[in-house]
Amino acid sequence: MDMDKNSSPYFTHLKCRECGRAYDKLAIHICEFDFGPLEAAYDYDAIRPVLTRDAIASRPGSMWRYRELLPIDGEPTVGRQVGFTPLVKADRLARQLGVRELYIKNDTVNYPTLSFKDRVVSVALSRARELGFQTVACASTGNLANSVAANAASAGLTSYVLIPADLERSKIINSLVYGAHVIGIHGAYDQVNRLCSEIAGKYGWGFVNVNLRPYYAEGSKTMGFEIVEQLGWRIPRHTVVCMASGSLLTKIHKAYREFITLGLVEESAFSIHGAQAHGCSPISTAMKKGTDIVKPVAKPNTIVKSLAIGTPADGYYAIHTLRDTGGSAEDCTDEEVIAGIRLLAECEGIFAETAGGVTVACARKLIQNGAIPADESVVLCITGHGLKTQEAVAGQCGEPRLINPSLREFDALLAASRQTETQPS
Amino acid sequence: MSNNVRIPTPLRKLTNDQDVVLAGGANIGEILNDLEKNHPGLKERICDEQGNVRRFVNIFVNDEDIRFLEEKATAVKDGDEISIVPAIAGG
Repeated sequence: MDMDKNSSPYFTHLKCRECGRAYDKLAIHICEFDFGPLEAAYDYDAIRPVLTRDAIASRPGSMWRYRELLPIDGEPTVGRQVGFTPLVKADRLARQLGVRELYIKNDTVNYPTLSFKDRVVSVALSRARELGFQTVACASTGNLANSVAANAASAGLTSYVLIPADLERSKIINSLVYGAHVIGIHGAYDQVNRLCSEIAGKYGWGFVNVNLRPYYAEGSKTMGFEIVEQLGWRIPRHTVVCMASGSLLTKIHKAYREFITLGLVEESAFSIHGAQAHGCSPISTAMKKGTDIVKPVAKPNTIVKSLAIGTPADGYYAIHTLRDTGGSAEDCTDEEVIAGIRLLAECEGIFAETAGGVTVACARKLIQNGAIPADESVVLCITGHGLKTQEAVAGQCGEPRLINPSLREFDALLAASRQTETQPS
Repeated sequence: MSNNVRIPTPLRKLTNDQDVVLAGGANIGEILNDLEKNHPGLKERICDEQGNVRRFVNIFVNDEDIRFLEEKATAVKDGDEISIVPAIAGG
């Protein structure tokens, strides 16, 4: 394999997850022999003496404080400020859900586009530059499109984002504003994705979630690294993660394992649980049936568009992660999603997009059915901001009451509403 | 009896760059054996050591994934269109 002097001594090669064949660190994503996905591989013995708790603590508060465990050769050039979002101790929500120790990993405030996708895109675009791409692209259910558009703009790269045509209006505007070429496809995400793999082959662009996927996917690990560090170098007993392709869930698992391998955290039992929306739940359906063969959902039907991937690329690995860690999968209805969004907002002042509602709603079920015992620590991964999917909750949270600019009218309104509140419901 | 089998780009080195080849058999297992006879090396790319279709390879009979039919025992009629398609990773 190619090992020039500019190559990272830590990130060594790509490796097929199925057969283990090694590949050079190029813009490739599947094994030419058996079509298995390629994954970044590292020299942990070289990383161990360098990436210590002290070294990490001395670095800026961004996801790049773990850079030896990220698959680029040089310094990051895109998204240097991404990550290190708050881990919020959520006592009010904990009481509502009936669990003792609960935290929200709050990627609704991730920089710059308010979702965890900025993590994966900063890695993918930093690597895209190292590989010499001028044009970057993606297939997206919305959040990824926003992030590619914004981060490409700041890096001076041309971007094409391909999305299902029926996405939420704010997710479309949040891609257009950065000057990205936004292409709406009449079809579901899986059809967009299929088209993107054809375009990637034909035009030689850097598709963050196609030919750059081995790099892109690794960015998700930083959510797991941060959780462990922010918990005081401890792995939470339970982590609840929403699933679209299933990639984030598998990468949080990889993050915990890597920190154990490097001796940064003590080995302890942990379970990772997956959450999906009922209208597109191929992974949780397979898990509940006890199989690892994920049956595609041809026509996803849910308000949770960011999770509406009918053919989840990492479904198989997600199921094995759930099984290996003693985790469970759950799914919830659209009504439960909205209730979950409102509960998180009213208890913790955090406005999550629909995927966050899925995580809260499924966590509630997992606690109720005993998969998560009440006396163990839980982290909910909340991956995107509610301002992006306002349509989902519009009209579901009441309406403002309108009065004239008159103190008398205000007094009357307040008296009436106080009376309502004191009446037993 | 023989059927058209669509070959994906990465496997066309084994079919002299043909994107469609003919193969005969009453079910997918027989079709795969026939493919191997005429295009040696093809089967190990499609099936693992146990002879099962690899996880990231999909075989469709008239747009139905054989995993949700009868896998390699899925019957094939004259004129059925068979496609071999690597799984698409994305998202």
